[in-house]
Amino acid sequence: MTTTTRIERHHYDVVVIGAGGAGLRAAIEARLAGKKTAIISKSLFGKAHTVMAEGGAAAAMGNVNSRDNWQVHFRDTMRGGKFLNNFRMAELHAKESPHRIWELETYGALFDRTKDGKISQRNFGGHEYPRLAHVGDRTGLELIRTLQQKIVSLQQEDKRDHGDYEARIKVFAETTITELLLDGDRVAGAFGYYRESGEFILLEAPAVVLATGGVGRSYKVTSNSWEYTGDGHALALRAGATLINMEFLQFHPTGMVWPPSVKGILVTESVRGDGGVLKNSDGKRFMFDYVPDVFRKQYAETEEEADRWYTDPDNNRRPPELLPRDEVARAINSEVKAGRGTPAGGVYLDIASRRSAEEIRRRLPSMYHQFKELADVDITKEPMEVGPTCHYVMGGVEVDPDSGAAYGHVRGLFAAGEVSGGMHGSNRLGGNSLSDLLVFGKRAGGHAASYADQLTSRPTIAVGAVEAAVETALAPLQRDTGENPYTLQQDLQAVMGDLVGIIRREGELADALVRLTELRERVAKVSAAGGRRYNPGWHLALDLRNMLVVSECTAKAALERQESRGGHTREDYPAMDPKWRQVNLVCSLDGDAVRLTHKPLPTMRGELISLFDRTELSKYLTDEELADFDALVAHAEEAGK
Amino acid sequence: MGTKRQFRIWRGDESGGDLQDYTVEVNEGEVVLDVIHRLQATDAPDLACRWNCKAGKCGSCSMEINGMPRLGCMTRMSTFGETDTVTVTPLRTFPIIRDLVTDVSFNYEKARETPAFAPPEDVAPGDYRMQQVDVERSQEFRKCIECFLCQNTCHVIRDHEENKHAFAGPRYFIRAAELDMHPLDTKTDRKEYAQAEQGLGLCNITKCCTEVCPEHIKITDNGIIPMKERVVDRRYDPLVWLGSKIFRRGQVPQTSVTSGRSSGPVHASAGHGGVHSHAGGSHDPRAEVQTQSGVNWHREVPHPTAPAVDDRGRLPLTELTFDRAAAPSPFGDDVTFPLPPEHLNFAHPTQDEQQH
Repeated sequence: MTTTTRIERHHYDVVVIGAGGAGLRAAIEARLAGKKTAIISKSLFGKAHTVMAEGGAAAAMGNVNSRDNWQVHFRDTMRGGKFLNNFRMAELHAKESPHRIWELETYGALFDRTKDGKISQRNFGGHEYPRLAHVGDRTGLELIRTLQQKIVSLQQEDKRDHGDYEARIKVFAETTITELLLDGDRVAGAFGYYRESGEFILLEAPAVVLATGGVGRSYKVTSNSWEYTGDGHALALRAGATLINMEFLQFHPTGMVWPPSVKGILVTESVRGDGGVLKNSDGKRFMFDYVPDVFRKQYAETEEEADRWYTDPDNNRRPPELLPRDEVARAINSEVKAGRGTPAGGVYLDIASRRSAEEIRRRLPSMYHQFKELADVDITKEPMEVGPTCHYVMGGVEVDPDSGAAYGHVRGLFAAGEVSGGMHGSNRLGGNSLSDLLVFGKRAGGHAASYADQLTSRPTIAVGAVEAAVETALAPLQRDTGENPYTLQQDLQAVMGDLVGIIRREGELADALVRLTELRERVAKVSAAGGRRYNPGWHLALDLRNMLVVSECTAKAALERQESRGGHTREDYPAMDPKWRQVNLVCSLDGDAVRLTHKPLPTMRGELISLFDRTELSKYLTDEELADFDALVAHAEEAGK
Repeated sequence: MGTKRQFRIWRGDESGGDLQDYTVEVNEGEVVLDVIHRLQATDAPDLACRWNCKAGKCGSCSMEINGMPRLGCMTRMSTFGETDTVTVTPLRTFPIIRDLVTDVSFNYEKARETPAFAPPEDVAPGDYRMQQVDVERSQEFRKCIECFLCQNTCHVIRDHEENKHAFAGPRYFIRAAELDMHPLDTKTDRKEYAQAEQGLGLCNITKCCTEVCPEHIKITDNGIIPMKERVVDRRYDPLVWLGSKIFRRGQVPQTSVTSGRSSGPVHASAGHGGVHSHAGGSHDPRAEVQTQSGVNWHREVPHPTAPAVDDRGRLPLTELTFDRAAAPSPFGDDVTFPLPPEHLNFAHPTQDEQQH
């Protein structure tokens, strides 16, 4: 059977799996470094999930408030991630994101402007100064289109120089990778199928960049598209790499909960940045009751002060609606649980009564347009019904911060964007993902190219591995006794949504692991009706095993971490524990089983930790770490004298 | 809790297919794509349909619903009557792959043929300065989510396979327009290119593309017509015509006078004629400076509607074959006079100064 299967073979220097912001940026870099580059896109070229990002891209350019700089951005990022971030990634991100944004302008991006013609920057939850470069509320689309068009322009250069658009960079649209193939511990290529025809494809390449995004399709209420099935996470695990921080999932606080046509769709934080407030069913603006101690200093205590902030941010503290996302999500959850929610199980987000219809339409055009057309909800007239929706996974492939090279026992594997872990710690700030894509996409692409350069021999692919991959891929089509993949996905979503959701408990997590084990057996026997040609049931059947293994990582890590921090809330351990801040939970694959180990976090360099004041640090650090900090400060003062 | 509704969905592949009937549950507040997903999870697990965001932002779930090109995620079930049968078919202009999925590679080929943004070489990254009012015209076109509904509906290529070679379609006309209006793009022949290489002349402004655009981009009024208008301008300019008779070719500020259908397209903007067209698209640099001093070109100005012309620069329709008495209005049949003042392409000089 397998010997007669046709497999299309290609040779590349760098294969980038994923065609969102990180993937395209990585591919551009690899191509600019002279490498023959392939981009694998699960959807059509330019349809990536990145288009959903509305708010903007955070970069400390200081265009709107000149006091902003990379140190402040770094501080905000660490604070948002509750100090669990890989500090080096946060540092690189804060330093390099302005350059990545400016670079986009040379590719043709058109950001909104300030009065003096610079890139405008807007306020966003968790950012001290207006920092998000934006284009109305469709910044993600602008970013994708710009990178897409840059790739086209590189192809035009190649056409001019080599007579072929695809001489040095080719997009494989609607193609899914199911396996990475190895030569010993080195990446040797990737195997997958064209969704259109169901034909198989084998890409031989010494370097692979994973940029596959997140895992949200394992949840019932999610803002994520069908592509977000944790492919990259699972491919990395199976290739011998490790995942970190998988217990941290961001639930966007304000997803629509009603009507069903827009369920899960995000209401951008800009609605709150531009004056929208959260109210419970009693009409009370409840966020003032939920400001945690660590943030008390930066947030307003009265509605009057909060309302003054919109026009005079220098002399007033911010409204509590702009607290980091996890805080807002938790607050909404508490209100709903206390019986003060809307009929659909959310709360009201009201901008209609606070800004004029004209202003709302001007400042939030696509938000207005989207809800008007999708759900016939007029946000200038009525409040929206919102609640937490699964939005982003902080966890991902454990990488070297500078190069994006995966840790574990595999070489030639790189990761960037949502599929990589560490950068955002336990919680991501809004706006940091778009800049993350650019900064680490470029780095991963560049380092993958230099890795390919320094190889003395090309790795080769074993025939047996390809045959095994073909067999695994065809299996669901050849079985007719198993279950429907859609049923299995719904069951998986129910387990994850109900038991490993926003608020977690030990008993439920243990229960989830049992159910996931049962699901694993059912998924192994899944069968898909129909043929190989554009068969979504078959595609889902193949994605399921990725979703399953990633869900196991999340459930295991969530059970292990006995504290609440950022995107991980344990009802039985409601407080943050400084001891747990020193630990990353690392997942790897041992045969088929997920293995979990503890790994200490790297220690922040002196000049970086000195950016924080002691009172703030005391909320995160252990006594020993604080003593080290005091010694550092004393030493610096002495040196200063 | 839902009600049962009738759906007819085209199933098949390039070898043929037909409409199949389904009875499916529909709940309050759902859209057509929700119903297709329910069908996949129940009666038709291998029903092929593209989708991604289900939020009207990615442009993947383009289909024809009761004959109308639409996004499945943006078509509310509440817009149909309880007893109406909803018929869903694939985009007609592109080859079928399977069921509702079509081969849209035509669009990606045309995208590749459209010259990319040409950045100014003497401006470093980070030093780009543009006014909001100047970027807004291009930003309108950059809202495009590439759903290709405009391409699908354009009657130049819908049911006219033979035109596809010479015609880029509305999506790429607004791409050209977007770059033409980009304040810092250094390529000066976007309009001429659109006429000579993209087949802009084949468009006769029926505005079908604008009608189906889910982003409500004014493709015709703000994109295609301004691109046509200046090209026609130059073609009809008697001085240019005279110049082309007097000077040897290459010495004159050359303009494109060939359409996409002609065999040997003339590439425009040779020599010193290449004045950047934002300032009015005039062929004469001096005239351009003069024009600029009195007119605020940064305003978003709706341009006069120009008729489509054939490759001899003539209107393709004569009174004899036209569907109404007299020739079509040279300003476009949808323009009524007098024009409202805000549509006039004139700004008082003092107003202009305030802006700079």
